[in-house]
Amino acid sequence: MDSLIVQALNGLASASSLFLVAAGLTVIFGVSRIVNFAHGSLYMLGAYLGWTLTAHGPLAQLGGFFGFWGGVLLAAAATGLIGAAIEFLLLRRIYRAPELFQLLATFAVVLIVQDLTLLIWGPQDLLGPRAPLLRGATQIFGLRFPRYELFLICVGPVMLALLWLLFHRTRFGILVRAATQDREMVAALGVDQRKLFTSVFALGSALAGLAGALQLPREAVNLHMDMAVIVEAFVIVVIGGLGSLGGAFLAALLIGELHAFGILIFPRITLVLAFLVMAAVLILRPHGLMGRKPSGLPPASIASPPLPGTPKWLAQAGLVALVLLLVLPPFLGDYTLSVMADMAMMVLFAASLHLIMGPGGMASFGHAAYFGAGAYGAALLAKHLMAPMEVGLIFAPFAAGIVGLVFGWFCVRLSGVYSAMLTLAFAQIAWSTAFQWVEFTGGDNGILGVWPSEWARGKLVFWYLSLALCGLGVVLLRRVLFAPFGMALRAQRDSPLRAEAIGIDTVRVRWVAFAIAAAAAGMAGALFAYGKGSVFPSFLGIPRSVDALVMVLLGGVQTVLGPLFGAVAYTGLQEQLSRVSDLWRLVLGFAILALVLFFPGGLAGALRAREERA
Amino acid sequence: MTAPVLEAEGLRKSWGGVAAVDGVSLSVHAGEMLALIGPNGAGKSTCFNMLNGQIRPEAGRVILLGRDVTGQAPRTVWRLGVGRTFQITATFGSMTVLDNVRMALLSHHRRLFSLWRPAALQYSAEALAALARVGLQEQADRPCAVLAYGDLKRLELAIALANEPRLLLMDEPTAGMAPAERAGLMALTARIAKQAGIAVLFTEHDMDVVFGHADRILVLDRGKLIAGGTPEAVRADARVREVYLGGGVH
Repeated sequence: MDSLIVQALNGLASASSLFLVAAGLTVIFGVSRIVNFAHGSLYMLGAYLGWTLTAHGPLAQLGGFFGFWGGVLLAAAATGLIGAAIEFLLLRRIYRAPELFQLLATFAVVLIVQDLTLLIWGPQDLLGPRAPLLRGATQIFGLRFPRYELFLICVGPVMLALLWLLFHRTRFGILVRAATQDREMVAALGVDQRKLFTSVFALGSALAGLAGALQLPREAVNLHMDMAVIVEAFVIVVIGGLGSLGGAFLAALLIGELHAFGILIFPRITLVLAFLVMAAVLILRPHGLMGRKPSGLPPASIASPPLPGTPKWLAQAGLVALVLLLVLPPFLGDYTLSVMADMAMMVLFAASLHLIMGPGGMASFGHAAYFGAGAYGAALLAKHLMAPMEVGLIFAPFAAGIVGLVFGWFCVRLSGVYSAMLTLAFAQIAWSTAFQWVEFTGGDNGILGVWPSEWARGKLVFWYLSLALCGLGVVLLRRVLFAPFGMALRAQRDSPLRAEAIGIDTVRVRWVAFAIAAAAAGMAGALFAYGKGSVFPSFLGIPRSVDALVMVLLGGVQTVLGPLFGAVAYTGLQEQLSRVSDLWRLVLGFAILALVLFFPGGLAGALRAREERA
Repeated sequence: MTAPVLEAEGLRKSWGGVAAVDGVSLSVHAGEMLALIGPNGAGKSTCFNMLNGQIRPEAGRVILLGRDVTGQAPRTVWRLGVGRTFQITATFGSMTVLDNVRMALLSHHRRLFSLWRPAALQYSAEALAALARVGLQEQADRPCAVLAYGDLKRLELAIALANEPRLLLMDEPTAGMAPAERAGLMALTARIAKQAGIAVLFTEHDMDVVFGHADRILVLDRGKLIAGGTPEAVRADARVREVYLGGGVH
């Protein structure tokens, strides 16, 4: 009983900081309609800045009370400034861009901040100072409870009240609410939108920074804080309803408590509990506890031209390429062969994502979950049942397809940004399962000894196997795209209203597409596992999901061959980059920004545009 | 007289406590052009959306061919024989004109989840025939996104007719069209409806279109039907004049 009370209070304390982060996310989304994936990075920056400023900031000499609290507030303000700078330098340029590009741009910021933080503060966890006046513990119901936790419990409701006052009693707040309801109208009334957007971004970022800095006395500052918190914030926002502060508060309490008690019951996979709650809420209230059906959201897709058939010269070029890929390998070295096999797998991986992103019009920020599901499916079968490669390769697409059916059931029911947030949350849940369930998945150490069967061990044979299976996968996906199902998929993207009016069950079409894409990604993942001889949680990690996204966007969403070009170009580039630099995230981040700002049509899109001009 | 294709009884729906549609009953017969008119905010669109299932009524029933379809999803209602066009045309922008119609045919023949045989090889002749019916066969291979608005309206009509519906619901079919084209589209619709015995229910703001093409007119004001009958009877109705010429709209 005693421990239950302590856990309950613990849960309330974490709910406060979760609320601050989710509130910032929701406020920024309300006005700018951008889901800021970099919000977790701002939280992490707040924590790191707080660590520095409480120790070395301008107020640090004062020591004690002013040193700590001054440092925390300065960190929040500094994070707000960084947020404003991001808005000013980057987001302002892409408000009119398709949603997907906006999400990707904030994603690039995540990557850049990760490497910059690593550069500035180093890889080790940093222990923060204790809070003056709030050291020690207080007796509650005869139990000792840390004072700082009690303080945090109060922070949540106090901030909720302050935000409410800000939004209902100040001119700024009323403008923000007005802009949330109807941006165009506010602009038409002569309000300077730029200033409004920048200041809202600063406010939201400062909230995230404050939440980060307030964590200092509770936990060591580390480089994983960004992803951990953004996933929870997404879950909270989805449960509470995007755009609702009250909903965010309720959901934060729910998730905070869930974590606190989940640790007692289900210590390894608390995220799974959050997932189950989210599932329940979404089934009962698809737009969250206090959310409303989003209105006036821009459609997720971009108006795209009819799918071109294959021109003759391209078919001929493809044939030549295929012959070269069959004839040349015996003369190539082992290293080149494994790079080529990796490329083939990445082509299939990218093509599978393209199916749901291009024709499907859905954004997936967690496609690695299915790649990883295939890899782990095969590896677990090998580890626990001694299954040979042949069995693993047949089993993997089914395993991934089933995971796709389960996760997809939720993702396809929501639109645009909600769906994108869910895909990321699911991928993170899959990752944490692989990472935390050590007994079954080997945790961080992965599963070793996932080797191909005897006959396929040579690099040359394995190349031919990869080419055959990935080639088959890509051909099948292409076939699906031009079949009635592919047409129905494009139909629901172009006009859901018309699609439903001619008998197309749009949700089911998206769901099936999601499962097909997952199965194909799973095939690529299983091959990848056999190629490397092992699987690790990083197979399901966010970076791998980003890889897939960049490959598709690099190639161009609107073209059928895009993913092929994109995957080959990207894998080659990464291969070169990782040899010259450790800071691949930084480089990749800036590369994505350049892509978003200068080549929104991708490589194949740029090629086709040139062809059409000629 | 034969049984009506569509019958609605006592439909009601309110938005935030205000009754948008309050006890509307109507019926449409095969081959008949029925116009639903009324000033802005009279509840025409709400009424319409309840008929094809986009909005579930709070009270009342919708009977299609003797079958209760109240609150059924639009796609279910379509399978039972209700085609629909929208106030702002809804077509598939990334497809050719022909593919737009082909899509409806594939859905009608329940081929949506077919993963293998290329769609381009299926129902081409039927799709072309449907386009010929509205005079669009020349444009079959053009991307739908480049069509003129009037042609887009005709394409929508072809899509709505693709599965040989028994009832056509047209929400402001001529909105956004040049005046000269309006009569053409409505005459075409009326001709097809008479030939195939399709019941047509449409809302419209253009009184020339309404009085020129409707067999029967229903007048809606503030959620209630205030008049109904032949164009001549409605034209002479004192209440209708009041609603349209003043007093009705504050």
